[in-house]
Amino acid sequence: MGRSITRVLGVAGAAGLLLATTACGGKGFDDASAPAQQQAGPAKLTVLIASSSAAEQHAVEQAATAWATRTGSTVEVVAANDMAQQLSQGFAAGSPPDVFMADASKFAGYAQNMLPYGDSLPYKDDIYPSLRQTFTLDDKLYCAPKDFSTLALVINNELWTRAGLTDQDVPTTWEQLRAVAQKLTTGEQTGLVFASEHNRVNAFLVQAGGWVLDDKQTTATADTPQNLQALQYVRDLLASGAAKFPKQIGAGDSIEALGKGKAAMVVEGNWIVGAMRNDYPDVKYRAVPLPAGPAGAGTLSFTQCWGIAAQSHYQEQAKDLVNAFMDPQQQLTFAETFGVMPARQSVREQYQQRFPDQAAFLQGAEHAHGPVTPTAMDAVMADFDAQLQQLPDADPKRILEQLQRNASAALGAR
Amino acid sequence: MSVHLSDRPVAAAAPPRRARVNRRGAGGDGAVGWLFLAPAIVVLGLFLVLPIVMAFWVSVSDWKGTGSPFASSVGFVGADNYAALLTTPGLAQQNFGTSVRNNLYFVLFVVPVQTALALFLAVVLNQRRLRGRNFFRTALYFPTVTSSVAISVVFLFLFSSSGTVNAALGLFGVDGPSWFADPRGIFHLALQGLGVVAADHPPAALADTSVLGLSLWDWLSGPSVAMCSIIILVVWTSTGGYMLMFYAALQNIPVSLDEAALIDGATPVQRFWRITVPQLRPTLFLVLTLGLIGTWQVFDQVYVMSRGAPANTTLTPAYLSYSTSFIGKQWGQGSAIAFMLFVLIVALTLVQRWILRERDRTPRRAGR
Repeated sequence: MGRSITRVLGVAGAAGLLLATTACGGKGFDDASAPAQQQAGPAKLTVLIASSSAAEQHAVEQAATAWATRTGSTVEVVAANDMAQQLSQGFAAGSPPDVFMADASKFAGYAQNMLPYGDSLPYKDDIYPSLRQTFTLDDKLYCAPKDFSTLALVINNELWTRAGLTDQDVPTTWEQLRAVAQKLTTGEQTGLVFASEHNRVNAFLVQAGGWVLDDKQTTATADTPQNLQALQYVRDLLASGAAKFPKQIGAGDSIEALGKGKAAMVVEGNWIVGAMRNDYPDVKYRAVPLPAGPAGAGTLSFTQCWGIAAQSHYQEQAKDLVNAFMDPQQQLTFAETFGVMPARQSVREQYQQRFPDQAAFLQGAEHAHGPVTPTAMDAVMADFDAQLQQLPDADPKRILEQLQRNASAALGAR
Repeated sequence: MSVHLSDRPVAAAAPPRRARVNRRGAGGDGAVGWLFLAPAIVVLGLFLVLPIVMAFWVSVSDWKGTGSPFASSVGFVGADNYAALLTTPGLAQQNFGTSVRNNLYFVLFVVPVQTALALFLAVVLNQRRLRGRNFFRTALYFPTVTSSVAISVVFLFLFSSSGTVNAALGLFGVDGPSWFADPRGIFHLALQGLGVVAADHPPAALADTSVLGLSLWDWLSGPSVAMCSIIILVVWTSTGGYMLMFYAALQNIPVSLDEAALIDGATPVQRFWRITVPQLRPTLFLVLTLGLIGTWQVFDQVYVMSRGAPANTTLTPAYLSYSTSFIGKQWGQGSAIAFMLFVLIVALTLVQRWILRERDRTPRRAGR
């Protein structure tokens, strides 16, 4: 009995090894360093998008179909359900999507799998410099930033006037924000709601003159008096009950809270425009710039770019498709359908004229801070989120000390 | 070869006794046996052995997630990935420690509760006088066959801070917690409620000693309020399946045993503990083992409902392995977590087997 088991194991092991060696010779395990063979003519492209809404997916599909009809190619637009997982799987298997949306905070992790085509774009200088900077690594612009968004204070008009507030009461400082939030907090309704993550809370750090890392993103600057002041302000807001996280009031996210009247004010980005139109078309709201902190006005900017896979067999065609997406008129169409701001400066005026309601978001662009981008910081920021979720019970000083320690370790290891 | 092949139908047609005799002499039958086994071996090798070998290699390499892990550019880093999780103080170690703590409480609560509940329900169903048995059997089994994702989404609504559960608690004047946003551990809450320790001043002896990057005080937190809702969900979904196993085993126990005990004057409680439970021991082992393995691997509920939030209190090793690999792109570390989870599960299953076997002997000796 014992002998036969050893034999079975032996054979199974041998079979496994045999398969391992044959599998490695197969197509699925191509060595990534070898450049992908290029094919000319009509292409068959796959575009993987992380769609913020059905409206966005539809708009991208339309633009892609228009390009495909013009060039005789076929394009399949796939909305990712788990972007990180699907992209990673594609890269590991050697069959990534030809074109994909890469988020600014994740892009550095994909860089080795991306075709750095940004510097060859004829309209490169028309793209906002701060956006170009975000997607530049080792002096190479890796991809074309597709658009950008900033955070603003979004107010439910009805709840605002019901509380007896007027246009003069729109908060422009932290103190005023605290006062109106308190005034707007009644029973079932919370004055101010924002997600319990660094992508919202960090706006307060910027307003206090602080940030997690230095400008070069090589040194941690988390444990500073400015950051502490910001977190203490946030902690006090939460402790007073005038501010809450969406989950604490039974809402999936801030937009839901605003739409259902559970929140009078929320901190959200441009995407709220499309979402409100779809889900709560009857709710009247307006967006105003985030109130200034002790160090002045500040907000966060978010952006994604059109990445092209280095392993794609249709790189030229993929670039052409990206150019179609980046066309100024197409950028305005995207802006209209899902609220983002065009990445190209030449349509700034037109954007302003057509969407006066969104002036607050565009205004934010001037003092917006981009995301933390080093790949090693990913886990650190996730842990920071976990700490923020413990507010208002947790100690801001300890949160920042932990962030400083983790960030230093993560950056030092690289 | 042809001789042996022509022998085979005869051997197969012969009565079992002759077949056994035949097998001893015929060496060629072995080769034929291997031939018939080959498809299974290939399938197992391709989909079981090879992935495990690859995963193990990734856990000791610096693979970046591109191309083959066996490519020449991928380097061997020894036990670095394991060291980052076990011995090097830092975020990776702390997250791993936190996930093990969370899952430990999860297992400690789910396994005993679901086993006891499943046994109880099976015994109730097994009552001969019970009416509508088929209805109850189906109703109780239903959660198990429903998709865990669908159930998770329903629970998100039930346990939302303005959801059904809190509305029901409100009827009794209880102000329910905001379940999925509440990271406080229930043991901590109990200690604070009893006034034993203050919230922000844990005993120094516990707060200052740390194991796996987590202070002893944090190890003793108990499951968080958010984790409790996942515990309730999992108990509710899995109990039905285990109940069915107990039920099948109960049906196999001859009624005469119970009747003999009845004649000897045993009370219902005595009959349950002395007659029924010992008969169920193999099933109990099965249920506990499956429960243990299933609960240590909990992933889908966490993925759908919380993704580790709030404050990492629903983070589990299985989810951490996924997020470290796919989101953090530390493929080696992600695989290392998976392997440590594997070792942990095997070790705990062996321990559990040993405990159940010990118990098996003692009462029998005592009985004689």
